[in-house]
Amino acid sequence: MSPPANSPKPYECIVIGAGHNGLICAAYLAAAGRKVLVLEAGEEVGGAALTREFSPGYRVSAAAHLLHLMPSSIVQDLSLHRHGLVLAGSQLPTTALSDAGPLTLSGGSEIALAGATAADAKAYPEYVARLRRLAAALRPLLEQAPPRLDSQAWADRWALMKIGLRIRRLGRRDMRELLRIGAMNVYDLLQEHFESPLLKGALAFDAVLGTNFGPRSPGTVLTLLYRLAAEGGAGTGGVSQVRGGMGALSKALAQAAQIAGAEIRTNAEVQRLVVDADRVAGVELRSGEIIAGATVASSADPHTTFLRLLGAEHLDAGFVRRITHLRSRGLAAKLHLALSDLPAFDRVPPAALGGRLLIAPSMEYLERAYNFSKYGEVSEEPALEISVPTVRDSSLAPAGRHVLSAIVQYAPHTLKQGWGESRQRFTEAAIAAIAAHAPRLRSLIAATELLTPADLEQQFRIHGGHWHHAELAFDQFFMVRPVPGAAQYRGPIDGLYLCGAGSHPGGGVMGNAGRNAARQILREAA
Amino acid sequence: MSSNTVPHFVQPLLKTPFHERARLHSQIDSFVPWAGYTTVDVFSTVEQEYFAIRNAATLYDLTPMVKYRISGPGAARYLNRLVTRDVGKLKPGRVSYCVWCNDAGHIIDDGTIFCLAAGEYRLCTAERQLDWLLDSAVGFDVQVSEVTEQIAALALQGPTSCAVLKRLGLAGVEKLKPFEIGQFNLQGMALTVSRTGFTGDLGYELWMDPQHAETLWDLLLAAGRSRGIRPIGSRALNIARIEAGFLLPNMDFVSAEHTIRTGRDRSPLELGLGWLVDFGKGHFTGRRALWAEQQRGPARQLVGLDVEGNKPAHNAWLYSDQSGKQQVGNVTSATWSPTCKRNLALAIVDAPFIRTGSQVWADIYLSRELVWERRMASAQVVERPFFLPERRRATPPADF
Repeated sequence: MSPPANSPKPYECIVIGAGHNGLICAAYLAAAGRKVLVLEAGEEVGGAALTREFSPGYRVSAAAHLLHLMPSSIVQDLSLHRHGLVLAGSQLPTTALSDAGPLTLSGGSEIALAGATAADAKAYPEYVARLRRLAAALRPLLEQAPPRLDSQAWADRWALMKIGLRIRRLGRRDMRELLRIGAMNVYDLLQEHFESPLLKGALAFDAVLGTNFGPRSPGTVLTLLYRLAAEGGAGTGGVSQVRGGMGALSKALAQAAQIAGAEIRTNAEVQRLVVDADRVAGVELRSGEIIAGATVASSADPHTTFLRLLGAEHLDAGFVRRITHLRSRGLAAKLHLALSDLPAFDRVPPAALGGRLLIAPSMEYLERAYNFSKYGEVSEEPALEISVPTVRDSSLAPAGRHVLSAIVQYAPHTLKQGWGESRQRFTEAAIAAIAAHAPRLRSLIAATELLTPADLEQQFRIHGGHWHHAELAFDQFFMVRPVPGAAQYRGPIDGLYLCGAGSHPGGGVMGNAGRNAARQILREAA
Repeated sequence: MSSNTVPHFVQPLLKTPFHERARLHSQIDSFVPWAGYTTVDVFSTVEQEYFAIRNAATLYDLTPMVKYRISGPGAARYLNRLVTRDVGKLKPGRVSYCVWCNDAGHIIDDGTIFCLAAGEYRLCTAERQLDWLLDSAVGFDVQVSEVTEQIAALALQGPTSCAVLKRLGLAGVEKLKPFEIGQFNLQGMALTVSRTGFTGDLGYELWMDPQHAETLWDLLLAAGRSRGIRPIGSRALNIARIEAGFLLPNMDFVSAEHTIRTGRDRSPLELGLGWLVDFGKGHFTGRRALWAEQQRGPARQLVGLDVEGNKPAHNAWLYSDQSGKQQVGNVTSATWSPTCKRNLALAIVDAPFIRTGSQVWADIYLSRELVWERRMASAQVVERPFFLPERRRATPPADF
């Protein structure tokens, strides 16, 4: 394939998708001197990290609404604060709601509980400190390409040895604890440490947020450690809120990429990858335009990348089988309420509304909410992570008005009955769960939007509508993420790389997948 | 097939539509399981049946061979991605011998693809593998279904086989070229005839509705009486297929889907089937692994051996010299060939010994009236097939 005549120099790398991972990948590649083109199907950059108007005058982060996973090194490397990233708040407290009164968990460096029993208040700092030590040992894993197990290369062997060494360096007690709890479920772990159902519910929610798990599901300590490891890399900011919503972060990333030299085209949906002599040689847009590129890095999910854009005919059948078996159905829905006034929550000080509110009053509550999803039904009493971003950022709503944004679980991508009637029922259940703590809420609601995983799939082109593109679980983790044969960001066909959430270390607004992929491309592709 | 209504746990083996006829002809009541069916391994004696293959005509019930219907607008592209050979240009009325591999380039099975019409194929295999075939169908506009029980099949092989079919009334059957398919109508019964087989001789395979199976069996035996026709079992066929140099799954290789130990998988390059691998046709499963293997050269290969003496080298270890110190391979199939008058074997040998003319030593064990004796026999790597008569390819075949 030859480049079009009007193009002076063909692109060295084409990045598919201008989500945060795609933009970060492009920014690092461009900063290293590569000629990079980013193609985004949507009207604006951001992918699912987007701020959208959902009702006239009311804007909200369409998917993830809090920033707590992105490494501080990415923020610094790309000078995001210079490119417009402003935090409306950081070190946000978490308030766990219950009928018996709330419990406040302070994050960041000040580990403290307000409203807990004496025993829990004593156990909590110890528990957090230990988990943070364990997570710190795992943190470097997030920032590297996973080593290959069957490899003869020294780099791979050395990487594996370093993992073992780091775990060994934890010392006997912590190492033993890591190996003991590593594959456990979070329910059992929290039962060992705490007595208050509310505290356990709040801590367990962090382990299952955005996953296909209940607290009793195996491997939920791993998802918790993963979250803590990423939060450790994010520095001291703790849970933060981006001014202007998550879309503002994407705009800063886009600006960083462009200033580094990357070109970004929106409304440019890639229809398929162009294959020439058994290597990916470019892309074809929906318009029919063909753009040549020496390498293509896709931040689309693995299913979309391999089966829709590349096509099974270019892949081995066993690899296709692994991709089709990838568990990638989302269970987290997003609820947006336009409110005429700030709702008052029972016994919650107004200042706490600027933080994170949780409705997960016990682990049993979470587990019951999860049960429905096993049978293709929505939770009757869902669990929620709530943010009222307008408390800290008035730009998102008309003066005096407010926006409530909530992640609501569990809402399976595919329902036995279909989403038709269930949408209304689930929305009602979510509002009822909030209204139980904020009695005036219903009278304040001016508009409602519910984004189910099926909506996320359709609007953000994520197969299955999963925030992580593929479930974060032992069998889809690290060296086998997304599947064996594509775990080093490299597809089984030359010239194709993965740089999205489906690759290690997964999704959330973190960006490590995009940066690791860029480094891999710089190492391998001339 | 009324006997098939017995519960499977009482009688787990199925009976083919020819079973009752086979029982009538069986002199020694020797049945063996094959792919879930009970089939004959010897009707009378192996020698009688073998010589009928090479000198007259034989009937062999191959109904248990697993058969898949593959159809749809994407069927040709699907098959070309499945198998290593270029079957994109396979025309209606033609058959192609193929192997297919897993991602690592190791053989899952070998078999034949029948192109019955545009977008309409039949794949005949040794092993059941609907799972693999369906997984391979992801992304292709194709339907795959198993049709083994819906088609009865007989192999009619031997120098007089064409004459038998002509006598049966199949006008023009002599015009069929090797690997060609013909459709015939015999007294209202549809009969598909392909000039294919597993004997390396002149021969045909007949495909029919199971309800006509017994009638056609009777008609064939009647039409072939003057041409020496007789039913044969798998033992005689095995001698003929070794002479022809054909591989038998689970004898000469084990499907990569079934191996447990590392290093027991075989690639087509290792089995000497490199001529079936087309790197230029576009992607197929295992292509990248096979290309890498081709670049570094296979570590071992299946070869034909001509072994000294007349004692078949069954399961023999092969050594670099007579001292038997350095093992360089092992025999997978062996037979004394009555037609070639040679002691033949198929064997896997290490790379330094794969060239024609290489010499290795076979360690042969013989039971002599309950006492085991050992012979170290010299063996030469020779070209395959060992037996290739002109009549196998001549069209029209001579009227034997």
